[in-house]
Amino acid sequence: MSVDRRKFLKFAGLAALGAAAKPLAVVAQEAEQVVDSSLPQENPLTAKRWAMVIDMQKCLDHENVKDCAQACHEAHNVPDFGNPKEEIKWIWMEDFHKAFHEQNHEYIDEKLHHAKFPVLCNHCDNPPCVKVCPTQATWKREQDGIVMMDWHRCIGCRYCIVGCPYGSRSFNWRDPRPHIKKINNEFPTRSRGVVEKCTFCEERLSQGKIPACVEAAKDDAIVFGDLEDPESKVRELLRSRFSIRRKPQLGTQPEVYYLV
Amino acid sequence: MYDSGKVIIGLVIFLILITFPMWYNVATGEAENVPELEKPVKGDACVADTEYMRSFHMDVLNQWRDAVVRDGQRIYTAPDGRKFNMSLTHTCLDCHASRKNFCEKCHTYLKVTPYCWDCHTVPEEVAE
Repeated sequence: MSVDRRKFLKFAGLAALGAAAKPLAVVAQEAEQVVDSSLPQENPLTAKRWAMVIDMQKCLDHENVKDCAQACHEAHNVPDFGNPKEEIKWIWMEDFHKAFHEQNHEYIDEKLHHAKFPVLCNHCDNPPCVKVCPTQATWKREQDGIVMMDWHRCIGCRYCIVGCPYGSRSFNWRDPRPHIKKINNEFPTRSRGVVEKCTFCEERLSQGKIPACVEAAKDDAIVFGDLEDPESKVRELLRSRFSIRRKPQLGTQPEVYYLV
Repeated sequence: MYDSGKVIIGLVIFLILITFPMWYNVATGEAENVPELEKPVKGDACVADTEYMRSFHMDVLNQWRDAVVRDGQRIYTAPDGRKFNMSLTHTCLDCHASRKNFCEKCHTYLKVTPYCWDCHTVPEEVAE
């Protein structure tokens, strides 16, 4: 069969169109990817009940946990007013006899006595701070149990500071922005008259990242995971070792566990 | 009506006084100084059309705020299917990079002082 001129031209035209369309398709794909990169991750870290397990044995070696607070405070634009009365803290190091006041006694191991343990918001199952908030600026997220804060709504009444038995909440008595060493654009600052606290790095979880303090802790001194998942690392640790919580007798059901 | 002359004159004076800011702005030409906004530095189209954004950007921002903070919902899908990160600092300011030449111009003209910037950072200003 011979190819006449008409047919040849048709084929040639189609082939040319195809060749031209291919780079176009590549360009379109690239454009889509550019848009996507500015979006939050499509696969955020999710759980039914986030919890944290802190290994006290590993905290005895101060090196393991010394960067936690700094990493957290840098990530969240936590100001440093240089005055303990105005201190803002999301996670901080506490002596055993202060963090576990009711567990302490005179003859406790010297090592334990002098070690510093990271303490933070316990993201309680039964959070007293949420109950007392008159504006619902703080609430417990139904999807994963994080005790969240809406800084837009906080009126600075400080009931939650009184309600929290762990001292996890701090108040901005002054405009914090001039007292932030290096502002991180990824996170807002707070304004004067607003209470703040740890949010279990809710914004990082949404990007598929683990909390900043967990990332900064060495040797798995802090482990983060889903309590509702029996296979998770936190459940495994809580099964295999004895754990304590801060002030469990108050019935707040704190979700930060300390391995003894 | 007793003393109608005095009452009417009083009313007229009252009306002139209460509408004084309008007269004043018209007379001095202040009202015509409509601010010129800086064009976006990048991006082809806003999340909604210009007219809508001009009137309702504050509502959009409030909805985004509630969606992100309270519902943990971070991606906004525009009616035409484009997706955006619901973020003032990372989406709005990506295109409208200068707070001074964009946001503040209208806000100053209209004498409104939103408190967005008390907490939200402007990448350009942080870099300075």
